[in-house]
Amino acid sequence: MKTGRILRSVLIALLLALVLRPDWFVPIFAPFAPDGGPVIYQRASMLSLSLSHLGIVTLASAAATIVAVALAILVTRPAGAAFRPLSRTITNMGQTFPPVAVLALAVPALGFGAGPTLVALFLYGLLPIFENAVTALTSLPRATTQAARGIGLSRLQRLLRVELPLALPVTLTGIRLSIVIGLGTATIGSTVAARTLGEVIIAGLLTNNTAYVLQGGLIVGLFAVLIYDALVQLELYLTGRMGG
Amino acid sequence: MIGIRTHISPPGLLFAILGLASLLVPFMTLAANRIVAGEGISVLRIAGPTITAPGVAAVTIGLAMGLIAKWTRLRLLGAVFGLAGLLWLLSRSAPILLSQAGEYARVSPAAGFWCLVVIFMLLMADALAALKPGPLMRGILLFAILVALVLVLRSGMLSDLSVLQEFSSRRDAFFSEFLRHLGLAFGSLAAAAVIGFPLGILCHHRVALRGATLPVLSFLQTIPSLAMFGLMIPILGWLGSTVPGAQAIGIAGIGFAPAFLALLLYSLLPVVGNTVAGLASTPPAALEAARGMGMTSSQRLLRVELPLGLPIILTGLRIVLVQNIGLAVIAGLIGGGGFGTFVFQGLNQTATDLILLGALPTVVLALTAAILMDILVELTRRTPEETV
Amino acid sequence: MIEIDSITKTYGTMNAVDAVSMRVETGSITAIVGTSGSGKTTLLRMINRLEEPTSGEVRINGTSTSSVKPHLLRRRIGYAIQGHGLFPHHTVARNIGAVPELLKWSRDKINERVDELLALFSMDPAEFRDRFPAELSGGQQQRVGVARALASRPDLLLMDEPFGALDPIIRTRAQKDLAHIQRKLGSTIMLVTHDMEEAISLGDHVAVMDGGKLVQYAPPAEIIARPATDFVANMVGDVERPLRLLSLISVSEIIEAGEADGEGLPETASLRDALSACLWSGRDALPATREGAVVGRVTLKAIRARAGAHL
Repeated sequence: MKTGRILRSVLIALLLALVLRPDWFVPIFAPFAPDGGPVIYQRASMLSLSLSHLGIVTLASAAATIVAVALAILVTRPAGAAFRPLSRTITNMGQTFPPVAVLALAVPALGFGAGPTLVALFLYGLLPIFENAVTALTSLPRATTQAARGIGLSRLQRLLRVELPLALPVTLTGIRLSIVIGLGTATIGSTVAARTLGEVIIAGLLTNNTAYVLQGGLIVGLFAVLIYDALVQLELYLTGRMGG
Repeated sequence: MIGIRTHISPPGLLFAILGLASLLVPFMTLAANRIVAGEGISVLRIAGPTITAPGVAAVTIGLAMGLIAKWTRLRLLGAVFGLAGLLWLLSRSAPILLSQAGEYARVSPAAGFWCLVVIFMLLMADALAALKPGPLMRGILLFAILVALVLVLRSGMLSDLSVLQEFSSRRDAFFSEFLRHLGLAFGSLAAAAVIGFPLGILCHHRVALRGATLPVLSFLQTIPSLAMFGLMIPILGWLGSTVPGAQAIGIAGIGFAPAFLALLLYSLLPVVGNTVAGLASTPPAALEAARGMGMTSSQRLLRVELPLGLPIILTGLRIVLVQNIGLAVIAGLIGGGGFGTFVFQGLNQTATDLILLGALPTVVLALTAAILMDILVELTRRTPEETV
Repeated sequence: MIEIDSITKTYGTMNAVDAVSMRVETGSITAIVGTSGSGKTTLLRMINRLEEPTSGEVRINGTSTSSVKPHLLRRRIGYAIQGHGLFPHHTVARNIGAVPELLKWSRDKINERVDELLALFSMDPAEFRDRFPAELSGGQQQRVGVARALASRPDLLLMDEPFGALDPIIRTRAQKDLAHIQRKLGSTIMLVTHDMEEAISLGDHVAVMDGGKLVQYAPPAEIIARPATDFVANMVGDVERPLRLLSLISVSEIIEAGEADGEGLPETASLRDALSACLWSGRDALPATREGAVVGRVTLKAIRARAGAHL
């Protein structure tokens, strides 16, 4: 546990340094840059790219969470039960769609820019959240739901006070999956002119500047690993509190 | 009245409403050349009424056939009918639209067409889900659909569409990138299996190794694909230039090698994780009995743990295969080849149909792989579940 | 003959099994009984070396078990456990034939043995051979589990709570079946149970374990009559349940017409009093009286039937 905490602090410090003080890394990246070429990406600040990247992912994931949870509630009510087999097929088949392909297919429809990236992230992000939320809502302990009916809670009260809180940890796992996929897909989003950290990597690939690739890759990788870790910790905390 | 209402399938109703709405959205796009954005054309204006009327009628009837919940076969037939109507509209209108436009003009299906395709596919899926076909039947259906797709594409009835014009000017490149894509996806799967199965079996027996391996692999899995592919470049570049003979076998900073390695790293978690989970799924009492009756540890592994864990282990391979088919697209960015080459060339040239030429086959490939692997997993799950 | 010679198993500083010695005659059933944590299962698992003893040894027909490779030893010793442990992916026939298969018997010989065992356990071979364990009832699964353990005609059959997962009604039936089959085959069985009633009804000898030590090893009658320690007495206490039940039922409930010799018993007396009067005076029946007058008789047989109904 202790080594985990130390490692985490080191990675956070490294990430902050890479984002806020990229110049410190000139000696490290220099061997990878072409002779006489720039070592550190200068066309945009790492901070603004990071914020834009995280902003896109946050926006798409938040929208996906709201819509996916609402749909999950819908298909787990008696009125929406007819849609359950269909929704299962859509989630199963939808998740086999490669995220890159979803992004690529959004371009003909929406043009270039942040738009297709947002839509691709949103659509793709729906699936794991919906799947996990449905699983969570349909596998609640029977004794608890019966007790909730027994003490006279209305349907809405049961949903808000019992079902949704109990479904939270599993739903959160879906949100984590969706955010991790989103961070990766947003990186590729820079190929359709969305402003994300992928821009640095792509610039490196196009100009054969491995230093850029390394710089962008490290920042994106660290963001993903640290955000994943933070969400896992949050899940563990919530599951622990519910005695799961 | 109530009797009829309860017989209407709610998804069928939703499909009908969305389908009719999609008819109002532009059905085809006509562009002056392959680069510029096109102009959307409504379904009623793509051709004369002798062509549009039967097509639109087929679509509408197909949607209507999907309405009755109980008549599952009719709903399935409705989906086929509707798709046939769409094919009719597409194949008949494309030459007419092109003949009215300039020399470099391109015609492609637009949002209305794609929405209707998706709706009829979902109708088909919904009807099929109710029919619950067995694994063999699903295999036959998949095969029939793929054959129909190949026949339609080879017949030339769609050759006026822009995507297929992109295809015909790159026929050779298409098939070589196709093979490259399969090579990347299946090659990395095979390599992951060769490394992952033994590693998974070792992890199953050694708790300490498991505790160290699985978290590392799951962190690898979280690294965004572009970063992973990118980070392979300096690593393999360094390997290629320092290890003697490495370059001779194709290890270099860009190209096939870094893409392959990145895919391999992504594949390890599902293979190892599911192997561990599969082996651990053996009922403890069965394992105790196996030990008690004098099976050696390799006999236990081969006769009890592996056969019982096989469905879970194969599920891991399904995840890897589908994931790698998708991720192999990124290889196009680092010169690794595959369908990604078309996708990123298309994005560079803002040629949307070139993007589609890369993206559509990837999607079909991923779906086919997923369905085939699902069938395989189900076949290995044939022994009844433990009830006690 | 199985000889257990001051066998000990130590986990850390605790002796799970502490210098246990006992001899088991060929063709007998020995029931090892104790509470959970008494070391009874560890003792059993040291016999087929699923646990290695810290010290001491086990000899089967004079040969030390440590002189044989563990997996080869186990193929000679049958092993049946709680919850049957059948392989869910193998048919009943393959499950029963598992050990013969390991011993490389010919296919024909295995098939013949499987059918023979199924018939022995009153399961029609044609009907059950090709079923999967999940397609059997709990009682059938348990029987297949025991049949599997007996398949290679082992020198010794070890059973760890074999009836633990069965519901009480089937359990009695399964115990009777086992006793019947053991008599028929003359197998040597060592059986672990936490249930003293089961131990007493099945065992030719009962070994009582407490805190890793063997506190008494004797035939059942002696265990009941002369418990060696308070612990044994307590365990046996449970067995008196039918007797206690008898003390709650009055003679009037089972009076039948007929005559009997000797001193009468008032109809308000309990069946327990009636039983002890029978055993004390060596009679099979007693006159029952109401206000001093004989109104019928109480027979030992009727008392037994009444006690048996509540077992």
